Amino acid sequence: MNALNRRQRTRLLLLAAGAVLLAVTLAGMLCRERAMETDFSRVNLAPGLSCLFGTDWMGRDMLARTLAGLSLSIRIGALTACVSAAIALALGVVSALSRAADALLSWLMDLFLGIPHILLVMLISLAFGRGFVGVAAGVSLSHWPSLARVIRGEVLQLRQAVYVQTARKLGVSRLRVVRRHLLPHLLPQVLTGLILQFPHAILHEASVTFLGFGLSSEQPAIGVILSESMRYLTTGRWWLALFPGLALVGVVLLFAAVGEHLRRLLSPSSAHQ
Amino acid sequence: MNPVLQVEHLSISFTQYDRGTRRRRLPVIRDLSFSVQPGQVVAVVGASGSGKSLLAHGILGILPYNSAMEGTILYQGEPLTRKRLETLRGREIALIPQGVTYLDPRMEVGAQLRKGRSDLSAREKSRNVLARYGLGPEVERLYPFELSGGMARRVLIATAVMEQPGLILADEPTPGLDARAAGRILGHIRERAEEGTGVLFITHDLELALTIAHRVLVLYAGETIEEADASDFAAGRLRHPYTRALWNALPCNGFQPIPGSQPGPGEIADGCQFAPRCARCRAVCRREASVPYVPFRNGMVRCRFPEGGERV
Amino acid sequence: MSLEARGVSFRYPRRGRRMILEGVDLRLEPGERLGLSAPSGRGKTTLCKLLAGYERPTRGEIRLDGNPLPGGGAPCPVQMLWQHPESAVDPLLPLRESLYEAGPVEERLLEALQIRPDWLRRYPQELSGGELQRFCIARALGPATRYLLCDESTAMLDAITQAQIWRFLMEESGRRGLGLLVLSHDRALVERVCTRTAELGGGP
Repeated sequence: MNALNRRQRTRLLLLAAGAVLLAVTLAGMLCRERAMETDFSRVNLAPGLSCLFGTDWMGRDMLARTLAGLSLSIRIGALTACVSAAIALALGVVSALSRAADALLSWLMDLFLGIPHILLVMLISLAFGRGFVGVAAGVSLSHWPSLARVIRGEVLQLRQAVYVQTARKLGVSRLRVVRRHLLPHLLPQVLTGLILQFPHAILHEASVTFLGFGLSSEQPAIGVILSESMRYLTTGRWWLALFPGLALVGVVLLFAAVGEHLRRLLSPSSAHQ
Repeated sequence: MNPVLQVEHLSISFTQYDRGTRRRRLPVIRDLSFSVQPGQVVAVVGASGSGKSLLAHGILGILPYNSAMEGTILYQGEPLTRKRLETLRGREIALIPQGVTYLDPRMEVGAQLRKGRSDLSAREKSRNVLARYGLGPEVERLYPFELSGGMARRVLIATAVMEQPGLILADEPTPGLDARAAGRILGHIRERAEEGTGVLFITHDLELALTIAHRVLVLYAGETIEEADASDFAAGRLRHPYTRALWNALPCNGFQPIPGSQPGPGEIADGCQFAPRCARCRAVCRREASVPYVPFRNGMVRCRFPEGGERV
Repeated sequence: MSLEARGVSFRYPRRGRRMILEGVDLRLEPGERLGLSAPSGRGKTTLCKLLAGYERPTRGEIRLDGNPLPGGGAPCPVQMLWQHPESAVDPLLPLRESLYEAGPVEERLLEALQIRPDWLRRYPQELSGGELQRFCIARALGPATRYLLCDESTAMLDAITQAQIWRFLMEESGRRGLGLLVLSHDRALVERVCTRTAELGGGP
C-alpha cells in the first residue's frame, strides 16, 4: 500500500490544484499589459522557444493572452460561483422554512431549470448590457436553482431531525438552532456545490463571450481569443485556438477534480476510505 | 453431526479517520469462536457497542467498506468464501434483519417472496409460507407500506424461510414489539429450528434470548466472555461475573445494576476488559496481556477466577 | 398541579383519515411514576409527542396545571426521552455541546449518571446507545423540567444499563417531585419502576 492514506493524498492534491489555479490567476493578472501589447515585427509566429504559444496576427504573445484570459475566467468563475451559491443557500433555506415562499420559489426553480442554460445566460447578459457586468449577472443568476433545490431538501430533512426538535423544546432560540444545527450540516453541501459550479461558470462565460453576448472584444478573454482565432484556423494557424482551448479544458478539469475529491471526502458513504 | 456454522478466531476491525488525516484501527470483535449445530438456537447477547450486530454482517460478507475481517467461518464444514456466499446468501443462509426497511418499498410482497420467479410451484410455495405465519393470500398483492409493523416482521420471516435455509441469522428480530407479538415471532423462529435449521439469534435482551435459545454466548467489549446452556441461568450455574451481573439486573430478578460501563472499541486495555467493574478482580487480572477463553463446567469462560470453580 | 390530556384525539394532517389516538384521558401528578403499556402500534409515541408539545391534538387539549403548554423560546417543563438516543444528539457536535445545549447542567447529575469526563470531548458515533442516553437524560433534567416522558427509553439497552438508568430516574423523581411517564411493553420493568399503571385504550 501507499505510504500516504487517502485523506492525506486528497489533501495534497487539493493543495497542488489550488496552487496551480492561484498561480495561473496571479500570472494572468501580471501578464495583462503584455497580452494587449502589439508588435508587428513578429506577427503570426508559430510556437517556438521564444514564444511558447506563438503570436497572433497583431504580434501579441499568445501565452500572455491565454494566461490573462484564464485569469479573467477564473476570477469571473469565482465571483459567479460564490454569488450563485449564496443565492442558492438563502433561497433554499427560505424555501424550506416558509410554505408560501416555497410555492413561489419552487415554481421559479422549475422555470430556470426548464430553460437551456446557455440561452438563459445570453438573455440575462443582454438585459444587463453585456460586458463584465452582463456576464457576471448572467452566470450567477442562472446557476443557483439546482443547488438551491438540494439545500431545500436538506433543510426539510434537518427540520424533522429529533435533535433539532429537542433543541427547540429545551428552549434554544430559533436563530441559535439555525447556527448550531442547520448551517454546519449544510456547509459540506454548499462547499461542494460551490466548487463544482466553478467549471460550469467558466465554460458558460467562455461560450457566451465566444458567441458575442459576453465580454467585449478588447478584453483578453478566452472566449474572445477562441472566437477571433476561428477566422484564422483555415489559414493554418492552428496554435491560435489549440493552446487557449486546451488550457481552458485543463482548468475546467482541475476544478472538477477538486470538487469531486472534496465531495468524496465530505460524504459519509466514502469518508473513511 | 457436523455443525452448520463454525466460527473460529473471528476478528473484525474498522479503519477510521480521526479529526484530520490520522488513521486509526478500531478492533470491534476480537477472537470470537463458536459453532451452531443443526436444529440449535444459539443466542449472542451483548450490550450496544459490544460488536454483536457486526457479527451477522461479517458472516454474510456485507460489512461496511472500511472494515476488515480475520479468522475462519465454516458453513457445513467448508470455508465460506466470497464466491460461495454469492450462491448461499438468501437461499441457504437467510437473514432476519432488525429493520423493516430491508423490504423493497416498490415491490409487492408476493414478488419479493418469490425473488422474481412467477411459476406455479413458486406461487404455491409463497402462498403456503404466508399461510404458515397467519397471513392470507391477499397479502401477496400488498406493498410494504400497507403492512402493519407486526405483519412486516412476519413477512421478513417468511422471506427468510421461503427457501428452507440451513442457517438463519436473526439480528434483533423483534425491536419495538410488545411481549405477545415478540413471543409469536420468536416462536416461529424456534419452530424452524425444530425442523433442523441452525439459528444464530443476536440480541441485547437476555430475557428474550432465554425464551428460545439452547446455548447463550455473552459478548463483552468485543470478546466472548461466556458460553452457557440456557438452563444454566435459572439454575444459577453461571461462570463469568459479568453474566451474573447481567442476570441480576433484569427487572424480573433483582433489578440490581453494577456501576460503570463497557469500554468502547477505542478503550481496549491490557488484561481483563471487565476488571474495573468486577468484584472478584485481583491484581493478576489487570496485569496479564489477555485472558484465555477456556472450557469450564460444560461451557466456556474468559475469566481467571470464574464462579463456582478454582483458578484455571 | 398535574399534566393532563383531556379527550385527546390525533391524526396527522394531510396523511389519510386514520385516527392514531381517539379520546385519550390521562393525568400525571408530580412525583408520580405512571407506567403505560399498550400493544405495538397504538400511538404511544404520538401521545408522548402531544404531551410534550411536539404535535398539537386534532381534538381535545393538553393542560399543564390547568393551562396550555407554554410555547415559544422558553424551556418546556415537559421533556421527552426518546427510544433512540443516537437521533437525539447532533452528530457533528462533541457531546459537551449537546449536553450544555440549554445551559449549565448540575455536576451531581453527571456523577449520578456515571458520565465519564472524557466522554464530553467525544462525538456521538464514538459512544454506545447507553452512553448517549445518559447524556440525553442529563440534558433533559434542567431546572425547569417537571415531567419526563420516557418512550421505551431503555428498550434498546442491556439490562445493567437499563437498571442503572431507572434506579437513577426513580431517585430523581423522589428528590425533586419529577413526574415520570414510563412507556414500555416490558411488564416486569413497569412493575419495578412505577407507582401506578394504566392501559392506553381507544384507537384502532
